[in-house]
Amino acid sequence: MVEMRIGVLALQGAVEEHIEQIESLGAKAVPIKKPDELNSIDGLILPGGESTTMRRLIDRYHFLIPLQEFAAMQKPIFGTCAGMVLLAKEIADTESSHLGLMDIVVKRNAFGRQRESFEVQIEVAGFEERIPAVFIRAPYIDKASEKVEVLAQYEGHIVAARQGNLLVSSFHPELTSDTRFLQLFIDMVSQCNVVETVS
Amino acid sequence: MEKLLGTDTVKRGMAQMQKGGVIMDVVNAEQAKIAEASGAVAVMALERVPSDIRAAGGVARMADPRIVEEVIEAVSIPVMAKARIGHIVEARVLEAMGVDYIDESEVLTPADEEFHLLKSDFTVPFVCGCRDLGEAARRIGEGASMLRTKGEPGTGNIVEAVRHIRKVNAQIRKVTLMSDDELMTEAKHLGAPYDVLKEIKKLGKLPVVNFAAGGVATPADAALMMELGADGVFVGSGVFKSESPEKFASAIVQATTYYNDYDLIAKLSKELGTAMKGIDISTLKQEERMQDRGW
Repeated sequence: MVEMRIGVLALQGAVEEHIEQIESLGAKAVPIKKPDELNSIDGLILPGGESTTMRRLIDRYHFLIPLQEFAAMQKPIFGTCAGMVLLAKEIADTESSHLGLMDIVVKRNAFGRQRESFEVQIEVAGFEERIPAVFIRAPYIDKASEKVEVLAQYEGHIVAARQGNLLVSSFHPELTSDTRFLQLFIDMVSQCNVVETVS
Repeated sequence: MEKLLGTDTVKRGMAQMQKGGVIMDVVNAEQAKIAEASGAVAVMALERVPSDIRAAGGVARMADPRIVEEVIEAVSIPVMAKARIGHIVEARVLEAMGVDYIDESEVLTPADEEFHLLKSDFTVPFVCGCRDLGEAARRIGEGASMLRTKGEPGTGNIVEAVRHIRKVNAQIRKVTLMSDDELMTEAKHLGAPYDVLKEIKKLGKLPVVNFAAGGVATPADAALMMELGADGVFVGSGVFKSESPEKFASAIVQATTYYNDYDLIAKLSKELGTAMKGIDISTLKQEERMQDRGW
C-alpha cells in the first residue's frame, strides 16, 4: 500500500504539532506552503492559528480556488479552531466567509477571550471514552444544516462536526497526547482512498 | 473532569497558535486595524512605541486603559499589553480588562529591581524577554507561557536580537547533549531552575514558544530571525515608524511565512520606502540599554 500523505496548511499557526501527531500515527505529514503542493496529498489539515492572517495569505498566494477544488475532488479536510472558521459557509456577525465549504454558521471567539479559554473532557459520538479537549479563544457552530453530522457538543453548543469529506473541531486535539480524534480523520482519508481505487 | 481555566496547556497553547506570525505594536484603534488588515496575528497595545519611549525619557508605564480598550474594541485578533517588570497591579488591571496576553516588559521602566511577577498565579498568560537560557528558564520557572528575545527595543537594529537567539539556541544544544550528572552544575552556572533545565534537556527545545523581538525593521530582518529558529516575530517601532506602515506590515507578515524564499523577499523589499531610522547600539549609554533590565 502506498503511504498516506496528509498535508498541513503551513501559512501560520500550530503546524508542527499536527505534523508530529500525523507522523505518530504512521502517515507522512507534508507542510503546504504553495497551492501546487496540494496535488501531492490525500488529505489536508487546516490548523489552529489566526483565521484573518491565514485568509490574507490564502488570497495573496492564490490558495482559495485550489483549496475549493481540493474539497470538490472529495478529498478530506480537517479544520481545527481557525480551520473551522475557514471552512464555514457563514461566520456570525460578519458578511464574508472564507472557503465557504461547510453548511455551518460559526461564531468566532465564542467562548470569550483568552482568560476564558479552558480544557475539559468531552464526549464524542462513536467514542467509548471522553477525550481531552483544549479550547483557546475557540469558535463554536451556531447553526448547522441537516446535512451536517454533529459529533460533539459542549455547554449546549456544537464543537465538533462532519459533513461528507469535511471534519471540524473547535478544540485542539494536536495540543494533547490523545490521537483518537485525528485517527477519525485518518480513517476518513483511508476510506476516500479505497473508494478512489475501486472506482 | 470539570472545566479548567488558565492551565499551562491553555496558556502555552495560545502562544502556539501565534507561531509563524507577526505581533505588531500599536498605539490606537487605527493602527490596530492596519495591523489586522496586513495579517498580524496579534497586536500589542501601547501608549508609545519603544523608539518614542526612548525619545520621551521619564518613566514608561502600562498604557492608558482607554487605549487598551479602544484597541480591544477595534480588532478581532488577540490583544496583548505591557506591564512593568514586577508590577503586580498593572498586570492584574490588564487581566481584568480582558487582555489576551501580558508582556512583562523591559521596554517599560521596571517597578521592581529584584523580583519578577509570579506569572503562574494569573489566569492570563505572559510573555517575557530573555537574552540567554538562564533568563529564559527563570521566566519559565515563574510561569511565563511564551518567550521572546529582548534584542534592543526601539533601535531598528537587529544585532542584539540575533545575539540573543543564537545564545539561547546554542545553550539549548549544549544542555541537550549533556549527561544527566552534569546538569545541576550547568543549572548553577546558568542561574536556571534545575527542573526547567531537565525538561529542556528532555524535549531538546524550550517547553514554550520563543519569538524574536527588539530591532526588527525590515522583511529581511524578520526572515533572518525565522531562519535562526524564532517561532515568530514581534515588530515594535519597525512598522509605524517606517515611511509606509501598510506596506511594511504586509511585507513583514509575508517574509515571516516565506522566510526561506529569497526571490520573494527581494520582491517584497522593493518599493517599500524607507525603514525606520536605526540606532547603532554602541552609541547607547549604559542606562539607555533596555535589555539589561530584568533579573
